[in-house]
Amino acid sequence: MLESRRSVTNESRPRRHLSRAGEREARASSVDLEILVENVLNAVTAGITIGCIYGLMCIGLGLIFGIMRIVNFAQGELLMLGMFASFYLVTGGKVLSFLGPYWGPFIGAICAAPLVFAGGALLHKFLISRVSGLRTAGSLDEGHFGQLIVTLGISLILQNGGQIVFGSTPVAVRTPLSSEAFLVGPVYGGATVFLNKAKLIAFFVAILVAIVLYLTLEYTRLGKALRAAADNPTAATYMGIEVDTAYRIAFGLGAGITAVAGGLMATYISFGPFVGFDYVIIMYSGVVLGGMGSILGAFWGGLTVGFVQQFSALILPPQLQNAAIFVVFLMIVLLRPQGLFGRSAERA
Amino acid sequence: MRQGAGPLLRRNLIVLAILSVAYLVLTLFVTNSYYQLILTLVPVWALFGVSWNILSGYGGQLSFGHASFFGIGAYTVTLSVVYWGLSPWLGIVLGMILGGLAAIAIGMPTFRLRGHYFALSMLAYPLAILYVLQYLGFQEVSIPMHRQNPVAFMEFSEPRIYTLIAVCLLVVGVVISLVIENSRFGLALLAIRQNELAAEAAGINAREWKMRSLVVSGMMAAVAGGFYARVLVVVTPDSVFGMLVSAQAVVVTLFGGVASVWGPLIGAAILVPLAETLQAELGTYLPGIQGVVYGFAIIAIMLLSPDGLFWTIRDRWFRPKAAAPAPVPDLMPVSPPARRAIAQAGAPLLNVENLSRSFGGLKAVSEVSFSVAEGEILGIIGPNGAGKTTLFNVLNGVLSADEGSAQLAGQPMLGRKTFEVCRMGVGRTFQVVRSFPRLPVLDNVIVGAYGAGLSDRDAIASAARALHQVGLHEQSGVAAGQLTNKQLRLMELARALAGSPRLLLLDETLAGLGREECDSVLKVLARLREEGMTICIIEHTMHAMMRLADRFVVLDHGRVLATGLPRTVVEDTSVIEAYLGKKWLARQHA
Repeated sequence: MLESRRSVTNESRPRRHLSRAGEREARASSVDLEILVENVLNAVTAGITIGCIYGLMCIGLGLIFGIMRIVNFAQGELLMLGMFASFYLVTGGKVLSFLGPYWGPFIGAICAAPLVFAGGALLHKFLISRVSGLRTAGSLDEGHFGQLIVTLGISLILQNGGQIVFGSTPVAVRTPLSSEAFLVGPVYGGATVFLNKAKLIAFFVAILVAIVLYLTLEYTRLGKALRAAADNPTAATYMGIEVDTAYRIAFGLGAGITAVAGGLMATYISFGPFVGFDYVIIMYSGVVLGGMGSILGAFWGGLTVGFVQQFSALILPPQLQNAAIFVVFLMIVLLRPQGLFGRSAERA
Repeated sequence: MRQGAGPLLRRNLIVLAILSVAYLVLTLFVTNSYYQLILTLVPVWALFGVSWNILSGYGGQLSFGHASFFGIGAYTVTLSVVYWGLSPWLGIVLGMILGGLAAIAIGMPTFRLRGHYFALSMLAYPLAILYVLQYLGFQEVSIPMHRQNPVAFMEFSEPRIYTLIAVCLLVVGVVISLVIENSRFGLALLAIRQNELAAEAAGINAREWKMRSLVVSGMMAAVAGGFYARVLVVVTPDSVFGMLVSAQAVVVTLFGGVASVWGPLIGAAILVPLAETLQAELGTYLPGIQGVVYGFAIIAIMLLSPDGLFWTIRDRWFRPKAAAPAPVPDLMPVSPPARRAIAQAGAPLLNVENLSRSFGGLKAVSEVSFSVAEGEILGIIGPNGAGKTTLFNVLNGVLSADEGSAQLAGQPMLGRKTFEVCRMGVGRTFQVVRSFPRLPVLDNVIVGAYGAGLSDRDAIASAARALHQVGLHEQSGVAAGQLTNKQLRLMELARALAGSPRLLLLDETLAGLGREECDSVLKVLARLREEGMTICIIEHTMHAMMRLADRFVVLDHGRVLATGLPRTVVEDTSVIEAYLGKKWLARQHA
């Protein structure tokens, strides 16, 4: 009756298996150590590259949940929309195919931002604004109940509607880079570090976008207005900021940023309409871990979660990696709801 | 059973009986096997919704992960048939037990969280279980047939029998839910939902009640899941632990009407056939149409009628005589509690020594010592930010103390939870009134009586007496949300009194009241004093305090500035300085 298909999102990585201990003599143990070093080094590099992309993804939610305090259940679907926007621009619709398979996917990821920004702003205008912001400021639970329900509805519509519009066969933004890697090493004995080219470029783009966004929010007039409005709508109104507009822009930005991260991820994973679900928990983990209300914190939080995920791959089978993320998320909210890096302490 | 609940419960049970018979008669006319399946699924999802409603509707603890329990029931039934050849009848019972255990395991850590953190965390459990099951290789498990003994294995060639069983399960679930709704369990949950801190301060052990509701809810959801697995024969992790499953409980309940037992039934009766039919008719062209329908349904209901169809319809067409004051039994002024024999006149009832509490670098309460004698009214005064409310919060367990001790009649108060302090005999009101706005005044006050552990009869009598004491008995049937500020203050006072406390902590009871209102509240307090009540009251209005208090404690910057009789305290220069500043003092002397 009820079915939800999810695409395979395991980030496969070249990894040699540890040979069973006690099988060979002394020589084997040095080989074991070498393999261990290689696996750890690869986990570190993958953790950094993927972590930074997660960091960008978390900044998007950090704007919406961390600063505006809107509980957005549909953030994973915004990520999914970013992936599909990039997919249709580059591979499906070939709008950007003139850019070639090397540049196209990354430009496509960035171009996903304005599209999803517009979508996010519309969502906010017609739905989210009715259960958040000035309307619910000061109410008993600040409108969180309504936000959870409305965004759950949006999430269901986008997931299942996505299945109707995009189909349920997993797709990917094709670039030859995703199957190429720089080899670094041998570093330690025979250990080699693999740097997937697609992930590496995605990593640089993610950092670049994050820096631009950070500077915009921190130093421009627009950024200050957005942060002020998001932080305290009532006070911002008195200071002459058009809170409704500011909200819409901030929500759209949050959506657009997550969409860029989605577009970047689309170059190295295959995805379907249900992909968002695997990442929504990662995003909330990152934002809560980084501390509510801090853009930089959200980035560090996402990076940390990426690290944990890649290291868990060393000891856990791939199917359980997502389960590990959930356990990490639960531990974060239970043990440090104020976050590791956060300044503002909000007790759960 | 709560007061007045008997006839209501009887009426609900009659409606339930009529509805289930009508539903079963309806099944006799349906011959299409697909529609027969839908008729079986409606009560199953309704039961799942009823289970969600107990935790999230009454208790307000929004769970997005109820699929955990549903899936545990489903997999228990399936795997126990596959591996042990256990009858599904027993499998459902086993699943119910496991569902209850899972509820305890999940509730223990997760109830430390509130609000949206709770909701998001609940989401993680079914998904984690889902991945583990996929890893273990239970992608798709089907229940094998046992033709030699079909009844024991719930194998019926007549599909209507499944519908009959489903309706029976639902009826049991609805009865359980009705009993909860009309007992102190339900009242405790409603109080927690509307204001958890107030419920705690009224002596309700919020955590324990939430835990109980989760266990009941988890067991019920597991039964629904177990039977669902038996009906569909095949289970996959996605079909019983997936997001759509959790969403189903949320959607049918919210759509039908949250915190009413009929809500999930209405929601399931409308949405399940709609979504299933669409899925069957259009599913091949539009896969996932079911999810889209659910999505639109909850967005629409949230924006148009946030409490669900049941309440909207009831409010529009069946507005019950809510405004009429409910009959209050035994309103004869039950003899005021005999003035407690004061063992030694002036023996300290409350003794606070060297109490400190800081927030970061700020010492909100610093080395505060004072005592309150039995039968005394102690006024705690001081400028804004002097630490008065923090002092109360530390005393009744909302905050922990850094240092010091506090004793109530020789018993240590610190280190206890809020509801425990309340049960020691400490009533508390709040600076900003914390009421349960949707409950009638009498129920608001009964919460306090239940908190003190009284039986149903005694609780009602005690609440009625407390309302009399504050002069609010005529409003007892009115919803608290409709009261004036003064009435709210008095109601909160009555709630504290209903537990027959030995000590009242009143936090700015007079705040925001006009002169005359102020006077009438003061009269109530004076009467309480005559009855022998011991009171600590925080207040700004000096003239009121001068009339009321026997003694003053003046706080400033967290420290005790002065203690003593009102007249001496107000003439104390350091007190004047704290209130009015050095300059003013200098000018006075000049």
